[in-house]
Amino acid sequence: MLIRVGTDRPVASSDITPRSLWLRRREFLAAGAGLGLGLAGFGARAATSPYSTDEKPNSRADITSYNNFYEFGTDKSDPAAKAGRLKTKPWTLRIDGLVEKPADYALEDFLKPFSMEERIYRMRCVEGWSMVIPWLGFPLAEAIKRAQPQAGAKYVAFETLVRPEEMPGQRSFPKIIPWPYREGLRLDEAMHPLTLLATGLYGEPLPNQNGAPLRLVVPWKYGFKGIKSIVRMTLVAEQPKTSWNMIAPDEYGFYANVNPGVDHPRWSQATERRIGEGGLFAKRRPTLMFNGYESVASLYSGMDLRANY
Amino acid sequence: MKTRGFPVWAVYALGFVPAVVAFGGGLAGTTGPDPIRALEQTLGLWALRFLLAALCVTPLRRFFGVNLLRYRRALGLLCFYYASLHLLAFIGLDHSFDWAEITREILKRPYAFIGMACLLLLIPLAATSTNAMIKRLGAKNWTRLHRLVYPAALLAAAHFIFAVKSWPLEPLLYAGAALALLLVRLAPKRRPSFEQPHKA
Repeated sequence: MLIRVGTDRPVASSDITPRSLWLRRREFLAAGAGLGLGLAGFGARAATSPYSTDEKPNSRADITSYNNFYEFGTDKSDPAAKAGRLKTKPWTLRIDGLVEKPADYALEDFLKPFSMEERIYRMRCVEGWSMVIPWLGFPLAEAIKRAQPQAGAKYVAFETLVRPEEMPGQRSFPKIIPWPYREGLRLDEAMHPLTLLATGLYGEPLPNQNGAPLRLVVPWKYGFKGIKSIVRMTLVAEQPKTSWNMIAPDEYGFYANVNPGVDHPRWSQATERRIGEGGLFAKRRPTLMFNGYESVASLYSGMDLRANY
Repeated sequence: MKTRGFPVWAVYALGFVPAVVAFGGGLAGTTGPDPIRALEQTLGLWALRFLLAALCVTPLRRFFGVNLLRYRRALGLLCFYYASLHLLAFIGLDHSFDWAEITREILKRPYAFIGMACLLLLIPLAATSTNAMIKRLGAKNWTRLHRLVYPAALLAAAHFIFAVKSWPLEPLLYAGAALALLLVRLAPKRRPSFEQPHKA
């Protein structure tokens, strides 16, 4: 598949990564060997990417304290407060469905072949706020290629861990989400070079509240598509069920592309508030089509994005 | 009941503490990564709490013999002030006085429309809260007018439910409390001795 990347990579990577961040990364490189993270390939080979935005990333404090991760509660401070008990080692990732090489991987083994890159992406939440996040990860496409999808595979379905004893939100009443949390992508969306499997942010392993140890990042879609703490990826022929679509199909579609022209039925999507910008008197900024990642438009040519929201 | 010692002005003074804390915290940057949302939600939540508190006064008196009637006006007005500040935060901070956008949101979004309707119902109640107005309307008319607080309570609870994703517990608990406080008023009046005439 030929994917044209237009406006997303206008300048050299050295122009993009803020110096402070770059310095942090070098620090991590120096310390990396001694950290004993148990994640092969983590950090040590991280490279910057032409897909990164040159916008200023949010602080680590913002990114790690303001999260929607309903497995730990519905308040945005719940994940940071309650995700500490989640054990992410050992971690098993199942890849199955319409692939030539289905397998249950120990996460270290799964990650071994891939080299990590830093990708600084905008993240637009469906609730009307946004952040800029320096992820560490690798293209999902590489993982899918390794699994060797069969001809009939048209979608990828993802599932989050279900472990109520460590995830208090999964014990809550009423049931917020029919667990496990489920997400899905069309295969061409999954293969797009912007689509990332992330294992870290700010040059360090993902904190639990951000979806440790492995999460999806699809920067042109609303944040809820970025499923966290993934335990299963399944290649399938039919469009898979996705959690928010199951809860409220008129409010959350399968595609969930960021689109200022298609409102959520209960609030506008035309504008967003950039977290960490302007404090109590911050002004909203206009939301961009595909969250500014215009190069993905070709994936949807001929589709009615109003009907396929 | 030892309520006599606690002055009404202290209810107002204490009542404004959450607003001052939320606004001060927002300025100081201690209310989390989205201080506007935090302030907006705090103001709205306290408006609802004061509304429910005001609705507690009659059942407390009727079923438990606890007379907090002298604080009811303060509770009701605090609800109105908080609801007004909540709207002001929505208009001024959340939407930076973008009137076209604000009008569109209020007319188009159920949560915003319901919230606005609720505040509109509270306006005549706040406006007739003085002794002079009670006298002018007469106790009977005044009481009848102030029954608007019942639909206002239902709208406030609905506003909360419509503003959140999925069905988390907290808004449902508030809605349950509002409903219970309204339903308890339908209980047959078995103890007419508690039916004192409203003092104007």
